[in-house]
Amino acid sequence: MDRHVVGSVTDIPPGGRKIVTVKGRQIGIFRIGDEFFGLINRCPHQGAPLCSGEVVSRLVAPSPGDYRLTRAGEMIRCPWHCWEFDIRSGQSLCDPDSVQVRSFDVAVEAGNAVAEGRFIAERVEVSVEERYIVVTV
Amino acid sequence: MNVTVLDRKPDRSAQTHMGFIDCDVHPYVKGPNDFDPFLSKRWLEHKRTIGGRSRQGLAKTPMYPRMSPGSGMRMDGWPKGGGHPGSDLPLMREQLLDLFDVAYGLLAPLVGGAGGERNLEFGAAMATAVNEWQLAHSCDPDPRLLGAVQINAEYTEAAIAEIEKRAGDRRFAQVNIPPRGLEPLGRRRYWPILQACAANGFPVSLHLGGTSGHASTGGGWPSFYHEEHPSYVQTMQTLVTSLVCEGVFEQIPNLKIVLVEGGFAWLPALCWRLDKHWKQLKAEVPHLKRAPSEYVHEHIWVTTQPIEEPERPEDMLSTLEWIGPDRVMFSTDYPHWDQDDPRYAFKIPLPDDWKRKIYRDNARALYTLD
Repeated sequence: MDRHVVGSVTDIPPGGRKIVTVKGRQIGIFRIGDEFFGLINRCPHQGAPLCSGEVVSRLVAPSPGDYRLTRAGEMIRCPWHCWEFDIRSGQSLCDPDSVQVRSFDVAVEAGNAVAEGRFIAERVEVSVEERYIVVTV
Repeated sequence: MNVTVLDRKPDRSAQTHMGFIDCDVHPYVKGPNDFDPFLSKRWLEHKRTIGGRSRQGLAKTPMYPRMSPGSGMRMDGWPKGGGHPGSDLPLMREQLLDLFDVAYGLLAPLVGGAGGERNLEFGAAMATAVNEWQLAHSCDPDPRLLGAVQINAEYTEAAIAEIEKRAGDRRFAQVNIPPRGLEPLGRRRYWPILQACAANGFPVSLHLGGTSGHASTGGGWPSFYHEEHPSYVQTMQTLVTSLVCEGVFEQIPNLKIVLVEGGFAWLPALCWRLDKHWKQLKAEVPHLKRAPSEYVHEHIWVTTQPIEEPERPEDMLSTLEWIGPDRVMFSTDYPHWDQDDPRYAFKIPLPDDWKRKIYRDNARALYTLD
């Protein structure tokens, strides 16, 4: 497992995403507030590019007709068959116990740590004033 | 936790899906005027000044959910240069035809509104226009794409004329009739059209959809799209039952029917029920010389998408065996939101000879393709 610098935090605004390629894998990096999450860009159902789907809320209805929008901007909906997954965990909305998207650890590191540490940052220019998104693959 | 589906590799055993025949591909218009070059001045003016009158009760209710933005299309199917999914041949090649080296794609144009048009003369004009449009925009530029003759089944004479006009043109593979019509398809008023299809070597494809004006289920209008989608199964069951019970297959022994996008796992159970009742009610339908299931197996083909995904994946094998692997044909439904990918659609490996039949040989034989 290596830690890969995939961009600066300013590359992805809150609510945004960026699809990066690390070790030949496409990974969607999502930003929720100031937190970052990584999911493989491949739906467990039929292999669609999951991370290019819509980012949506989780709609729950404790009883018919009683609708509540929760977890605003924390679900990713597959661009093909609309299966929804929790961006934070990769868990499926419909079948959380048995279906999951592979997720990756994503951290934010200061520029000086990145400049001095053991990171792989082939395509990212590192400056000590910035903060960087680091994914473990 | 079972994450096997995530890491499952594509079925690459001899790449059996490659070069498959796709029995459900949707071409779309680039814009509302695409059909105009194929309409006479009389009908062009009608289209511009009066327009279509469909049989749909809920006139402005769209047929598809909007959750995958834009009327139920796969999100990555939108051409970058603009236009509707299915309207851009290079993108269709990239995402389907070339990607899987598709041998043939059977077109199911759900555009133009010819089949459900209440103004029968206009419906017939639009059917002709959509047929010409298929040739000009799909079949001639890419000979892998085979057209489906559009007709309005309520206008018998025009429908037969259109079928006869296209007969022998190998760019057309079959005749499309929307399953939701004014009456079940086995009724005698439709026999001349079915006869013309069979006589001219065209299988009849029943692609889900159509707007009958009747409630879409036997129990009334559904509230949710989630209800509407499985209601197409009821429609298909109605048509299979009608075609069998009316004696259509006795009357037209070379008629071939293809059920497209209506599922298939229900077919064995329907046959069991029809056979059971036939034993009890044979006196009511003495024109049926054989058990209903025999007519079904001889005359009816099904396409796979949207494929059933049984809780125990191995149950798919029994289902296919009950239907007969010689009657099942693979389809993607590109570029719709619920399309199937040939690499992943079956959740269980199929025997090699079944794969060959389902991905290729059955369609090749039915449509007498090279």
